Amino acid sequence: MPATTPVLPRESFVHLIGRAVTSLVQLVGDIGLFALCIVPKLFRGVPSSRVFVPLCFQIGVRSVSVIMITGGFIGMVLAVQSFNQFRLLHMENRMGAMITLSLVTELGPVLAATMLSGRIGSAIAAELGTMKVTEQIEALRALGANPVQHLVVPRFLACLLMIPLLTAVADATGILTGWLFSTEILGINGFHYWHHVNKFITAWDFLSGLTKSIFFGAIIAIIACHRGFHSEGGAEGVGRAATEAFVYSFVTILVVDFFLGVFSNNLYYLIWPNPLVTG
Amino acid sequence: MNSNTTPILELRNVSRQFGSQHVLRDITLAIHPGETLVIIGESGCGKSVTMKLLMALLKPTSGDVLWSGNLVNTLKEREISQRRLKYGYLFQGAALFDSLNVFENIAFGLRQNTDLKDQQVHDIVVQRLQDVGLPENVCQQKPSELSGGMKKRVGLARAMALDPQVMFFDEPTTGLDPIMSDVINELILRTARQRNVTNVVVTHDMRTVERVADRVIMFYPLARIGSEDSQIVFRGTKKELFDCENPSVSQFVRGEAGARIEELNAA
Repeated sequence: MPATTPVLPRESFVHLIGRAVTSLVQLVGDIGLFALCIVPKLFRGVPSSRVFVPLCFQIGVRSVSVIMITGGFIGMVLAVQSFNQFRLLHMENRMGAMITLSLVTELGPVLAATMLSGRIGSAIAAELGTMKVTEQIEALRALGANPVQHLVVPRFLACLLMIPLLTAVADATGILTGWLFSTEILGINGFHYWHHVNKFITAWDFLSGLTKSIFFGAIIAIIACHRGFHSEGGAEGVGRAATEAFVYSFVTILVVDFFLGVFSNNLYYLIWPNPLVTG
Repeated sequence: MNSNTTPILELRNVSRQFGSQHVLRDITLAIHPGETLVIIGESGCGKSVTMKLLMALLKPTSGDVLWSGNLVNTLKEREISQRRLKYGYLFQGAALFDSLNVFENIAFGLRQNTDLKDQQVHDIVVQRLQDVGLPENVCQQKPSELSGGMKKRVGLARAMALDPQVMFFDEPTTGLDPIMSDVINELILRTARQRNVTNVVVTHDMRTVERVADRVIMFYPLARIGSEDSQIVFRGTKKELFDCENPSVSQFVRGEAGARIEELNAA
């Protein structure tokens, strides 16, 4: 005889908050454990080129156009938004330094990663989610392959390699469009523009931005693969996995960007305690 | 079949739940070398879960799974993966890898687990395709280009590529027309006969039971039985199954909804 459904007591606001916090901690812990289980698999040989090269093409080459559009417009928007402020101070010739510094340290890596978490993260989550709900991941295990080794490691390495390269493309495009817009439309002298870029931008700025993008690449790959592997419930579940991959990656990228920014500044002042004193 | 030999696969007091939902409770069963065991039951009664537990693709919530008398939970992950190669699994939807063509799907296990040369892999793939009655020219086709019956046969060819000792068939005829269903039933019989393979078949197709079963077990959904009742409502030969007078069994065998119609009307 079927059991009757018990009547549950109504939950208070505190219960709801408690449950949300518990779910969040559980999710973060689960993703952390998933990331840990990738680490030993990274040392069990390199992925086959038959799998790795198409993935790099899919993640890297296919993303170049959207990344160039993203980087290009960031550069021009920075020029447009900063021009009036700099002109008020009669410092418009120094705009190149501001545009380039903002691009390479912050906006390039973060906005490129945001764009890529939407394009690549969602695609990975949807692909793995479909494999999960159609039992292809269990089929891999049944055929003696480790799904993490076979599916996650190549995607993780491809993101780790391609996302910094795509960030460099976004930076370069943004610098180029920022310069073109500033000199051709806003009438800033090209010599002064590059002179100040050369004076204020250091290799550290480029490297700190690219280092961030390596972390962002890892975040996108881990979260997307995790959501794909935990997808359930048919097409609806796959769609949810793709959405969650983007949202969770985006939030994590912003949080990690903040901490990396703090860490990078502290490290900079540790290495060069008084950077304004030169030669 | 000799029931005195060590079972090739065994479940001892196995229970499995997903979250708060109990699917299997205290299941004990043994599968002996060379037999074809068919597990029947309504949708959602835990048949496929039982197969995945037997294959160690899922872990039981409680109880033990034994492979040839060895407790699976004492084996290391790598050893489980190695031993699992002795078992072939035909998934319900065939579970062919979308990104690979038919040849690469069938060759996957061989490339993953053996050092065979390309020509040897090619020969085995072609042989397995012949075994399941498919021509060599399907090799370059992607799974999305195949019909349901062809997918099942490619799935069977892939599962048999490594010469397994045990074959698991998860609802092999579901979604197929009667003729293709009979082709699949014939393939199950041939596999057992020609390769001396032990078969475990999960189905609710009584024609499959009639054609391939040596022994039959019937599960009942946990939601429909009392807390003390056994979830396995029938164990025996197919003749005993068709003669069984237990209404839970006979209604299933004859495809009669019985009390379910009354529940439907009352809702």
